[in-house]
Amino acid sequence: MKGNEAIGEAAIRAGCLNYFAYPITPQSEVAEYLSKRMPEAGGVFLQGESEVAVSYMIFGAAAAGARVFTTSSSPGISLMSEGISYIAGAQCPAVFVNIMRGGPGLGGILPSQADYLQATKGIGHGDFRLLVMAPASVQEAVEMVMEAFPLAEKYRNPVMILGDGLIGQMMEPVEFPENFSVEPSNKDEWATNGMDTRKSDQRNLVKSLFLDPEMLNSHNNVLREKYERMKREEIRFENYNTDSDYNVLLVSYGTMSRVCRTAIDQLKSEGFEVGMIRPLTLYPFPEKAVEDAASKESCTSVASIEMSMGQMVEDVERSVRGKKPVQWFGKCGGEVPTPEEVIEFIKSL
Amino acid sequence: MGKTFQKPEALTDQITHYCPGCTHGIIHRLIAEVIDELGIRGRTVGIAPVGCAVLAYNYFSFDFQEAAHGRAPAMATGIKRVRPDLMVFTYQGDGDLASIGMGEIIHAANRGEKFTTIFVNNAVYGMTGGQMAPTTMPEQRTTTSPFGRDVEDVGMPIKVAELIAALQTPAYVVRRTVLKPKYINKAKKAIKQAFTYQLEGKCFSFVEIVSTCPTNWGLTPLESIKWAEEKMLPYYEPGDYKIPD
Ligand SMILES: Cc1ncc(C[n+]2csc(CCOP(=O)(O)OP(=O)(O)O)c2C)c(N)n1
Ligand code: SF4
Repeated sequence: MKGNEAIGEAAIRAGCLNYFAYPITPQSEVAEYLSKRMPEAGGVFLQGESEVAVSYMIFGAAAAGARVFTTSSSPGISLMSEGISYIAGAQCPAVFVNIMRGGPGLGGILPSQADYLQATKGIGHGDFRLLVMAPASVQEAVEMVMEAFPLAEKYRNPVMILGDGLIGQMMEPVEFPENFSVEPSNKDEWATNGMDTRKSDQRNLVKSLFLDPEMLNSHNNVLREKYERMKREEIRFENYNTDSDYNVLLVSYGTMSRVCRTAIDQLKSEGFEVGMIRPLTLYPFPEKAVEDAASKESCTSVASIEMSMGQMVEDVERSVRGKKPVQWFGKCGGEVPTPEEVIEFIKSL
Repeated sequence: MGKTFQKPEALTDQITHYCPGCTHGIIHRLIAEVIDELGIRGRTVGIAPVGCAVLAYNYFSFDFQEAAHGRAPAMATGIKRVRPDLMVFTYQGDGDLASIGMGEIIHAANRGEKFTTIFVNNAVYGMTGGQMAPTTMPEQRTTTSPFGRDVEDVGMPIKVAELIAALQTPAYVVRRTVLKPKYINKAKKAIKQAFTYQLEGKCFSFVEIVSTCPTNWGLTPLESIKWAEEKMLPYYEPGDYKIPD
């Protein structure tokens, strides 16, 4: 199945029957797919007038207690950032998929990982974070999309799936997990789903305004505690060839990490050991895993390999805490660096 | 004998933060009375704007969402699409609706979203201190048009009800005012009609209400009413701009 279509189907299988979106390459196939599939599944499909409007359709629907998601690509996500900030501030669950393309500005339509900093640190105004997951295959995209809904509900916080353009465009075989629980969490405590719906006299209020400084501070502490909890409970990563006595440790995610694997296998056959940590969650970032792997005696240097001009490398440096030198290698025009280029870079270290 | 005048159930006991002579309070009360009369408090969700009415939810006793500036119609769309059985209304000022949120309201109206918008037109940005709005009258002085609105420079005030009525999609679009008791009853009837169309799943419904902002107009409440009647009503004429078949 094509990545974009698989993402749409995964949401339906996760019990998300509400989708609002605005077309943008390279992910318009999600909207095209769901414009047929949602009505068939008895769900809601609506093409909004802009990504700004879409982010608030998501907010309204989420605040009314519905499982809801959207997909977009970089410039569209910039427009949604306003709404994402309000959704996080008002503590509503929602899932955003960003199939990244090159930037800044219109940039290009080819795959890229140039929105790393936006997704993990700088999306919208205010003190909040998204839970960010990065798939490296269509299968993983499906699984992450399906997990994203319960996670968004667990934390009452937006979750972002950050995929590069290839994840959306690639055709790969997929299996949809069976017996996925579609139980909605207990929304009656906070959602504006109508007092009659929850048979209550107590009205619910969804808002992000706290004019009183003490109240705003304690609200932000509530949010912060959620992000701290994510760090304790949600960090995910994968090791590759880290049992070996590697000299170089790579950190790479998404499509780029697949190229790194090929490079690592190739180098191994030449007798040169390279290990890799692949973060599956970009926020929270697997700091400890990277630090521990970099601390290994045999390891002399660490490199962040990205389809961007050096964004994740800041988190890698932070995690390594100066114990080993940290380099960056990447490209950001839409072409994925080849295994040969990665090998050449590693050999230059 | 029961009381003849009592607080609607749809209002809370909180004293509002609105300035003396501000018409927001009257409009809140009309909405609450209509909700009581229709018996729909338990299925109503209001959406507060960014503007003086951002805290409107403190005064209503049913579910409420707080929007970002201008985005209430997109939020209402989100709610109605996933929960068509809920009664949803947005409550928006002229800066909120006719400036930053023009895109959202036009497209929601054009899609024929089955919610109601109560549009409070007081010809200024109240909350931020009386700056010029898209609805500010020609020559009207505001904190960002200190020499009066120059229509050569910034164009004519937008007649929102007429603009929305010009869309081809069927809708209920009217303009009312609450400047005098004789107008207030008509405004209430329009709100009730708007909610009724929504409950019937008939169409988008829009009630513009010509209002006052004594504080930022620099007038007393009484002078404000006079000014609005003389300056605003001839331009923003009350009337029915579109009625569904
Ligand atoms: C994105 C954004 N821009 C600007 C503001 C500042 N702001 C708050 S209220 C307002 C104008 C409100 O005026 P209006 O909608 O006419 O309502 P009123 O206060 O008159 O009832 C503005 C510009 C904001 N909150 N958000
Ligand atoms: S500033 Fe104007 S609109 Fe706002 S509460 Fe005061 S009178 Fe009403």
